Amino acid sequence: MIEQLSDILRDHFGRDTLLEVREQDSPVSVRIAPDDLLPVCRLLHSHESFFFDLLNCVTGLDNGPENGTMEVIYNLTSIPFERSLMLRVQIDRNSPSVESVTSIWKTANWLERETFDLLGIRFENHPDLRRILLPADWEGYPLRKDYEHQEKYHGITVKY
Amino acid sequence: MKGLLDRKFENGGVLVSRLDDLINWARLSSMWPMTFGIACCAIEFMGTGATPYDMDRFGIVPRASPRQTDVMLVAGTVTFKMADRIKRLYEQMAEPRYVISMGSCSNCGGPYWEHGYHVVKGVDRIVPVDVYVPGCPPRPEALIGGFMKLQEKIRNESLMAPGAVEKLLES
Repeated sequence: MIEQLSDILRDHFGRDTLLEVREQDSPVSVRIAPDDLLPVCRLLHSHESFFFDLLNCVTGLDNGPENGTMEVIYNLTSIPFERSLMLRVQIDRNSPSVESVTSIWKTANWLERETFDLLGIRFENHPDLRRILLPADWEGYPLRKDYEHQEKYHGITVKY
Repeated sequence: MKGLLDRKFENGGVLVSRLDDLINWARLSSMWPMTFGIACCAIEFMGTGATPYDMDRFGIVPRASPRQTDVMLVAGTVTFKMADRIKRLYEQMAEPRYVISMGSCSNCGGPYWEHGYHVVKGVDRIVPVDVYVPGCPPRPEALIGGFMKLQEKIRNESLMAPGAVEKLLES
């Protein structure tokens, strides 16, 4: 599937868009540049040999302050072809931001909000980017590697 | 054949009791908990209410409004987001009101005590707790034990010397 994907993407964009392919991942993962995310997703969603019509999950990953990067991982499934693909983008950790895919998959709305809530990754052009799990006035992003929880929340000591 | 009450009152006509005993008996026989559960402990709470354990035989009937409840059963993990709501629900309950903390999470934070940034490390940080029921989650027997412990506490209360006022005078 990867060769087919690579060829179609090359035909479409006129260059190589797959920066990294990891066959050992399950499902197979490919890394693309953040700027390519939206056009690649649109193609994967509507191309007649893929039809990735289901976005299973959006995950954020913090590689830590020493690496200075974060990742956003999209797990896609094509219901008509019964196959899956993992799409990864790597972004700068200091101002983590990536284009929202809500215009392609509606389900991305809450998934991206969760990623924003826990890792502070901004999704550009998201219709409603608010915290979804934590209270609106929570400080910090808990899944970041250098996260320190606040001393008190509404007068209640947080520490054990 | 007359009913039990008829037989009893027919002879003497007067029943002597301490007002304390009467009120305490009424209170401990109708401890209505608030219907709310916030984690897996709530499943045990439901199990306690269902036929095999039959909470109703103690007069424990869950009510859906804090205005009608006497006991708040904190059954589950109290998150910081929930803490404000729990505090408000407690404040909405009419006095006398009691709190049972059910399970490790609401006792002390439970498995989230160290890394659970979002969990209140014990519901006693937001509302005063009368009885702690240990377990993760506690079995229905343990919860019934907790309710009986609370009954014991209510039985020893007195209008003449309210525990809260005595505590206040001590400090």
